[in-house]
Amino acid sequence: MASLKDIKKRIGTVKNTRQITAAMKMVSAAKLRRAQEAVVAARPYADKLQEVLSNLAQRDSSDEHALLAERGKGKALVVLVTADRGLCGGFNTNISKTAEKFIRENPEGFENFDLLLVGRKGNEYLKRRAGMNIVKVHEHLVGSTQVTYPTAALLGQEVIELYRGGEYDAVFLIYNAFISVMAQDLTVRQLLPIQPGEVNEDEQVVDYIYEPNAGEVLEQILPKNVEVQIFRALLESVASEHGARMTAMDSASKNASEMIDKLTLKYNRARQAAITTELMEIISGAESIK
Amino acid sequence: MAEKIKLELVTPYKQVLSEEVDEVTAPGTIGEFGVLPGHTSLLTTLKIGELVYKQGNQTFHVAVNWGYVEVEDDTMTVLVETAEPADEIDLERAKAALGRAEEALKQLDSEDKQFKVMECALERALIRVQVAGRKH
Repeated sequence: MASLKDIKKRIGTVKNTRQITAAMKMVSAAKLRRAQEAVVAARPYADKLQEVLSNLAQRDSSDEHALLAERGKGKALVVLVTADRGLCGGFNTNISKTAEKFIRENPEGFENFDLLLVGRKGNEYLKRRAGMNIVKVHEHLVGSTQVTYPTAALLGQEVIELYRGGEYDAVFLIYNAFISVMAQDLTVRQLLPIQPGEVNEDEQVVDYIYEPNAGEVLEQILPKNVEVQIFRALLESVASEHGARMTAMDSASKNASEMIDKLTLKYNRARQAAITTELMEIISGAESIK
Repeated sequence: MAEKIKLELVTPYKQVLSEEVDEVTAPGTIGEFGVLPGHTSLLTTLKIGELVYKQGNQTFHVAVNWGYVEVEDDTMTVLVETAEPADEIDLERAKAALGRAEEALKQLDSEDKQFKVMECALERALIRVQVAGRKH
């Protein structure tokens, strides 16, 4: 049986751990609030752009544009957004598994896939799996600093260039969408070719006046849409990460408290047992003198 | 015909404006254009410039930077990368940025990749100084 001193030491250790997890929880909570604000603030822009796009699709059937046209089912690129850091429950594993499953099951019937990873953790998981072809890893994009639009735009341009160069026939984006602190939604979305959304046939639409002309407007608005989608994905992923970490650290702190309670009980029992034994010894010693 | 236009000004970071206004003037790529209530559907790109809207007797100025405008059913949606209302611009900072951009341009070759970037920076700074000057 563990001695009194051993138990006391263990209580100390668990208390230390609880302090750390509680602190991490607080940090995540603060970061989460900022990230959440950023997501909420970015949503109107993304939604409006989507609206403009589907309005556009209702009027214009220009499949000619490179980013709209459906191509064959050759090679596809998967952009997977994970976190740089762990200790956030199943956050990274779940999304990495989703990506792996998506590639293995291949619902769209592509010939093969390449992976472009954002975040260190996805790389750690996927590089050891067979058949996962990782072409590039971006670390520190979703790290400690706030995600800015220019970073997302650069990534967007990189993806667009790869697509335009004919390297890939489609691009998918896989990320954790932020729903609430407790819940993330594993999202798989087609990034390219752009799907402009539902077309409502019955609706009467007046044709737009385009300035300078339709082609040029599309030429600007479509790449922008890709950038914005990536920007949003990054923001959502960061918010989800903090949410997941907060939840994970909360339950870790709770577990630590439970463990401390159990250990304290054990400690007190052991102490009482020791006292009883001592008493017995004294009494029997006193008896023998009589 | 509706009396007002709903102006929605959105950037990737936040929704800057959502207001009922009387008249909007925006810097289109091929020239400035005005929008009044009852305007037909329009989709156009914006360049770096000054967006002006009127609400009653008051006039507001906003510095905007690349984007699109969609006008439909008396709703004007402006999607821009950055938007700074006149009273939010720090004139000192804008002037400093202007100075920096001018300096950099002098040293760069016009063939340089950076040249274009700095040229845009210069244009942005100019507009910001101009808009800030209209503060009431």
